[in-house]
Amino acid sequence: MFSEADLAAIWLTLKLATTVTILLLIIGTPIAWWLARTGSWLKGPVGAVVALPLILPPTVLGFYLLLAMGPDGFIGQLTRQLGIGTLAFTFQGLVLASVFYSLPFVVQPIQNAMQALGERPLEVAATLRAGPVDRFFTVVVPMARPGFITASVLGFAHTVGEFGVVLMIGGNIPGETRVVSVQIYDHVEALEYAQAHVLAGSMMVFSFLMLLGLYGFQKKHFFAGIR
Amino acid sequence: MTEENIPVADTQPVNPAQLHAKFRMRYAGSDSSAFSLDVDLRLPGNGITAVFGQSGSGKTTLLRCVAGLERAQPGRLTVNGETWQSATLFLPTHQRPLGYVFQEPSLFPHLSARGNLNYARKRSGVANSDDLYEQVIELMGIKPVLLRYPHQLSGGERQRVAIARALLIQPRLLLMDEPLASLDTARKQEILPYLEKLRSAFDIPILYVSHSLDEVTHLADHLVVLQQGRVAAQGPVGEVFSRMDAPQLVGSGASVIWHGKVLERKEQWHLARIACAGGELWVRDTGDAPGQQIRVRILARDVSLTLSRHEDSSILNRLPVSVLEIATDKEAGMALVRLQAGSDVVTAQVTHRSVDYLQLAPGQRLWAQIKSVAIVR
Repeated sequence: MFSEADLAAIWLTLKLATTVTILLLIIGTPIAWWLARTGSWLKGPVGAVVALPLILPPTVLGFYLLLAMGPDGFIGQLTRQLGIGTLAFTFQGLVLASVFYSLPFVVQPIQNAMQALGERPLEVAATLRAGPVDRFFTVVVPMARPGFITASVLGFAHTVGEFGVVLMIGGNIPGETRVVSVQIYDHVEALEYAQAHVLAGSMMVFSFLMLLGLYGFQKKHFFAGIR
Repeated sequence: MTEENIPVADTQPVNPAQLHAKFRMRYAGSDSSAFSLDVDLRLPGNGITAVFGQSGSGKTTLLRCVAGLERAQPGRLTVNGETWQSATLFLPTHQRPLGYVFQEPSLFPHLSARGNLNYARKRSGVANSDDLYEQVIELMGIKPVLLRYPHQLSGGERQRVAIARALLIQPRLLLMDEPLASLDTARKQEILPYLEKLRSAFDIPILYVSHSLDEVTHLADHLVVLQQGRVAAQGPVGEVFSRMDAPQLVGSGASVIWHGKVLERKEQWHLARIACAGGELWVRDTGDAPGQQIRVRILARDVSLTLSRHEDSSILNRLPVSVLEIATDKEAGMALVRLQAGSDVVTAQVTHRSVDYLQLAPGQRLWAQIKSVAIVR
């Protein structure tokens, strides 16, 4: 059913989405925690920057990331000094771009779940001699679990579904940056509608099942997630 | 705070003050208006101290300051000689050896009842014997529900687990913020006996916030009355209740609380005779065995005065008393008479006409007839 190239694209997409989701959980959790708790004036600006990918055309984000990753960009200079070369048109570059692009989809559900906890569970834990780190891992994380699950699903699915940023940053290198969405585009360009149908249809089914599973889960844990 | 509000505590040698709290802070009241808390308290190091006041009087804020959940500036707090807060020191809550029972049962929803208890056991920082664990579970009657999760428990069961959890942290001070307020009357009656057992089983000083007179008379040994963030009265509970301004302080008719010991039971009469510092009383037989400690409340309006001992009356309890003080009650035409009975005090509510008719004056000896005695435990 799938051609060799299709399978390579699917494998690459899953690898990208998994890597990005794991990175986003690591990066997004402290950002979400800070946004959920802070009273600082920076909360607004930081929150807005995190949410930018929700409304920006992916080409805009991709364009600036491309410049930043280029030899004269600040990311490019940093990576060249580290001896990695430039990240544009590499898998690593794609990972970096996807982290930015999917950030709000991970941060916001976690932040909402953490805000929904309120102050009380943390106060209770403090009166039970739990220090700040202890409180975070034994109270906040388990109680915000539905938010983490929603965040993982949305972060993964959104990365699988990206196209514009990939095209700007990654180009179209088989096995390196050619993900499913780009592969479908190629099929259509080449008028291979039958192959495009197979891949596009698979994406439809995949995305539907992801969201179906998520909403079924959220129904049970209605108190967390995107609202 | 005015000076004349304080002396009650000093009239009797109470236990050496173990908790000294001095806080001043502004806080937002329940109706979003700002109040300020300004207290200087010296409380005994054992028994139950009730912090009583209307909502917005600052009682919860006071408790939160003691727990370190609010930071009063300036604030000073020493407990059992240990400084928890001073001008230069502020111990965070998790470093204070206290237990806290919140108004609504605040169990962790992701842990079972047993998981909640173990959360405290692991962090008590003290060698945590299985004996204590068994004792606490037994005391709170929660053995059958240990494997359930909070949403599978009734409100009363949840609060009992929460109290057990606070005990298992092995606190040196137990703070309870209206632990019964979120429960209906039936659930309150379910938990009160556990709190009474708690007082006798554990030698932990308890600070108990409440706006319920019923709970205070049941449980408290010592009473602090807060009004608009200030201490309006403090002292042993019996003394505060017998004060002439008690109606203004606690919002109910004047009364006294006597502690007594059961002497004998007359089952054919359904009565028991108890000995109090103020004299012997016949009360309803509650089934308590002789020797059992019991606590009774006598309302001033249930006490009438006669010049001679009326043996020919149906009134069971009459005590020889002498007049200490006569004051005007807030109720029109009524006077409150404070009387010395034995080594305790009782108040009577009589009409001004009776005061004139009997020519009552301080020092006068007469008889007090007590129509009814409520057993509060």
